[in-house]
Amino acid sequence: MGCLWCAVFCSSFTAQVYAQETPADSLKLIQLNEVVVISAGRQLDHQKQRKPLSTLDEFLESSRSIKMVKRGAYAWEPTMNDMASERLAITIDGMQIFGACTDKMDPITSYVDVSNLSEAEIGSGQQGAAFGNTIGGGINLKLDKSNFKSTGWTGSLESAFETNNAMRVFGGELSYSEEKFYFNVDGIYRKADNYKAGGDEEVKFSQFEKYNFSINSGYKLAEDKSIAATLIYDEANDVGYPALTMDVSLARAVIASVSFNQDTLFGNFSNWETKLYFNTIKHVMDDTKRPNVPIHMDMPGWSETAGFYTQANLNKEKHHFFFKWDGFYNKSYAEMTMYPTNSNEPLMFMLTWPDVRTKNVGFYAEDHIPLKNASLKLSTRLAYHSNTVADDFGLNSLKIFYPEMDRTNTRFLKSFSAQYHKMLSDFHINGGLSYGERAPSVSEGYGFYLFNSFDNHDYIGDPGLNTEGSADANLSVTYKKPIFEITAGANYFHVFNYIIGMVDSSLSTMTIGAEGVKIYTNLDYAQLFNASLSGRYSISNAFKLTGRVSYHRGVDDKGENLPLISPLSYRSAIDFYKNQFSASLSIDGAGVQTNYNPTYGETKSAAYATLSASFGKRFFLNDNDLFLKAGIENIFDTNYSTYTDWNNIPRMGRNFYLTISYSIN
Amino acid sequence: MKTLKYIFAILFLSATFVSCSDDDENTPAEINPVEGLNMIYEIPATDHTVQIYSEKQNLEVGYNEISIRIKDMASDKYVANAAPSWMPMMHMETMEHSAPHSMLTNTEESTVYKGHVVFQMASNDTEYWEMILNYSLNGQQKEETLRVSVSQPADGLTKTQVFMGTDDTRYILAYVNPKEPKVAVNDLQAVLYKMESMMSFPMVENYKITVDPRMPGMGNHSSPNNEDMTYTSATKMYDGKLSLTMTGYWKINLKLMNSSGETLKGEDVTEANPESSLYFELEF
Repeated sequence: MGCLWCAVFCSSFTAQVYAQETPADSLKLIQLNEVVVISAGRQLDHQKQRKPLSTLDEFLESSRSIKMVKRGAYAWEPTMNDMASERLAITIDGMQIFGACTDKMDPITSYVDVSNLSEAEIGSGQQGAAFGNTIGGGINLKLDKSNFKSTGWTGSLESAFETNNAMRVFGGELSYSEEKFYFNVDGIYRKADNYKAGGDEEVKFSQFEKYNFSINSGYKLAEDKSIAATLIYDEANDVGYPALTMDVSLARAVIASVSFNQDTLFGNFSNWETKLYFNTIKHVMDDTKRPNVPIHMDMPGWSETAGFYTQANLNKEKHHFFFKWDGFYNKSYAEMTMYPTNSNEPLMFMLTWPDVRTKNVGFYAEDHIPLKNASLKLSTRLAYHSNTVADDFGLNSLKIFYPEMDRTNTRFLKSFSAQYHKMLSDFHINGGLSYGERAPSVSEGYGFYLFNSFDNHDYIGDPGLNTEGSADANLSVTYKKPIFEITAGANYFHVFNYIIGMVDSSLSTMTIGAEGVKIYTNLDYAQLFNASLSGRYSISNAFKLTGRVSYHRGVDDKGENLPLISPLSYRSAIDFYKNQFSASLSIDGAGVQTNYNPTYGETKSAAYATLSASFGKRFFLNDNDLFLKAGIENIFDTNYSTYTDWNNIPRMGRNFYLTISYSIN
Repeated sequence: MKTLKYIFAILFLSATFVSCSDDDENTPAEINPVEGLNMIYEIPATDHTVQIYSEKQNLEVGYNEISIRIKDMASDKYVANAAPSWMPMMHMETMEHSAPHSMLTNTEESTVYKGHVVFQMASNDTEYWEMILNYSLNGQQKEETLRVSVSQPADGLTKTQVFMGTDDTRYILAYVNPKEPKVAVNDLQAVLYKMESMMSFPMVENYKITVDPRMPGMGNHSSPNNEDMTYTSATKMYDGKLSLTMTGYWKINLKLMNSSGETLKGEDVTEANPESSLYFELEF
């Protein structure tokens, strides 16, 4: 595991304490639970990171609040508070992007890489509503930009190698930045073979190859005005998904944006930023390399999104307002062509996503009010959301199930949140209440025979689903001393109209070998509870000890377990840093999954623990830096799988890695 | 700013694409009453001609919808009061028989006489079909006999079933609609006749035909919201609903039940019995 959670900023509560003093940066006003520092190219950060060139997925997994669902070695799906993609708002630099795969093989986090990101901003529950409509939380992946710093030319080269799956990583970046102009170019290439689980067990179809290229640039029009543009091209080929019945031959994204920034607006507003963006994703599944395929099928999917946001801060007496107006238009289309065994028969064709056009326009506002030894944050998001089935073929297909359905479905989504923070000498108390809503995802509303290999069922969407809403409460207490800190926190989500697939035994399966057909349905409610205890202890200037244990529970309206809920899990690490030398030893584990649900295809995952270690050293060569980092993950070559591993595919066994970064100043 | 313009252009274009997505307006009806039909036979006579139209290129085994026009050469007009009747006849080597057919009516268009015939078999060199037409022209009764060729449908799919029911009656069941199946809930239509004698094929009313579409190539996948076919007196056909969830080869498993609910032909599709002995085949 790429543990680097020492890189994680302590806790939201402390971040917020500092932020409230001088709200210079608009984003600091958004109370974030966590910020994960990524930027692979920044030499300063290397020492904080146990595994600098690990995948973005590993970075995210190392965060406190995110767990990753795995279908293979690539394109893991982030979950927060035990909720996955459809209940989260995940954006890249504020841009809405939606995966093009009906089977969730391409979470949008798979379309960027550590080479072009600086950090991941994470807000739990409605604290993530600044990024979009959400239930579980929001994640914004911030792109790495020079932002008019007078650094001149800088460049770096990085390479890494991992023994377990022979992963080769090559990356480089070049930047030029001065007061009026900057540009950054970076690229990264990764290629991995099949990995081996503990005990030298090869996990077939776990290979992948991907490259990512990005350019971003900014130009100052005047002292207080600037424009910026970004372009990201990401392509993955030959990606194996051992937990699924198909692999991916192409996953390609082009992500572009232009933005305009101005320091003030109408005198009172500050940090005015406006962005227009467009992204297009193509995703092609491939089963040609699999043996014993009952029926060969082509499953391409496309997702295009155009959007905008404009945001500004307003400080008025004690109030620190942040306003954001945003909108996007998404087109999701996916089809499936099956090739019958009898080649005289015509091809079998269906639209699995019937060209769904989603329009969403939202207004977000928050007010951050510092009080005496305390602060209060109020926020709201109000959004108009509509879905339209643009393709007649697709509409007629869905009408087989829903003869009365309308082509267009509109809803009004609301979110309100109040978060209070109080400081009592060394104690920080943080509590909040909020309510948020989300519209069903394209698959939940309009999916047509989407096969889920986890529970072995075909899924069909329901365009008439009710809006899902969630009332949540969170409370945490932190005891903080300069060398010592401990936090106990918990949150509870009461989710109304919880959307989940329920078996309809009257329906006949489409996928050969599937057990049945599920229809996305609203449960009356579901309850999710998460609690954690975490601490940090600075033994000396050089040694630091961290630890965290968390408990999770999720039940539906009948008290049955919800799927993909974490068992008791823990992590602990000791980090050493002195004289440009760093080392760490970390343990990562989980208890037995006692609360699982076989109805959703779950089996009890066993307890496990893995131990990892890393060593790093920074060398100065003239003005340049050479940074070496080596490590061993899963030292005892444990064969294990966790509750997030799709179909219990075992995780990687013992793995040695080495990264080299050379930066030229 | 150029990039900005470009983005605007993209936004504008995408908006345009959305706004012009459905523009298939209905074109006004043509005056030609046999528009879209093929004239498959023309019988020349001294003072008139008889024209026979079909939507197919030729007559085929199964359900054929036929339109007939009679043109009076003297007036150069199509006749509206010919009151025609017809009789298909199969001449086999050892016997002769007719085929189920409807009356010819001109309710939609006064000069076009419409009806259907269900051919049970194809013609060949030694066994052939004849169509005997009787009609009146300017007060005179006429009869024409036309030798027609009937071929098996080119797609080789079973859309007509001739079978013996458990009541020892021979039935003829022929698929009518949808002519162009869609991935949707289709209006399913069929005609059912019984064979009373070699020459008499009356229509069967008030029976029921159950519908169970399956894809044998997809593990016998079926679809929801199908409706069994029941008799509609207005159309004199059996109407039901047929849901098709994807394109491809479908086997529409059927069961014929009489008005007291007894099964005359066909079986339920189960794990053990993947198909009924009474079925239609579709490909699209």
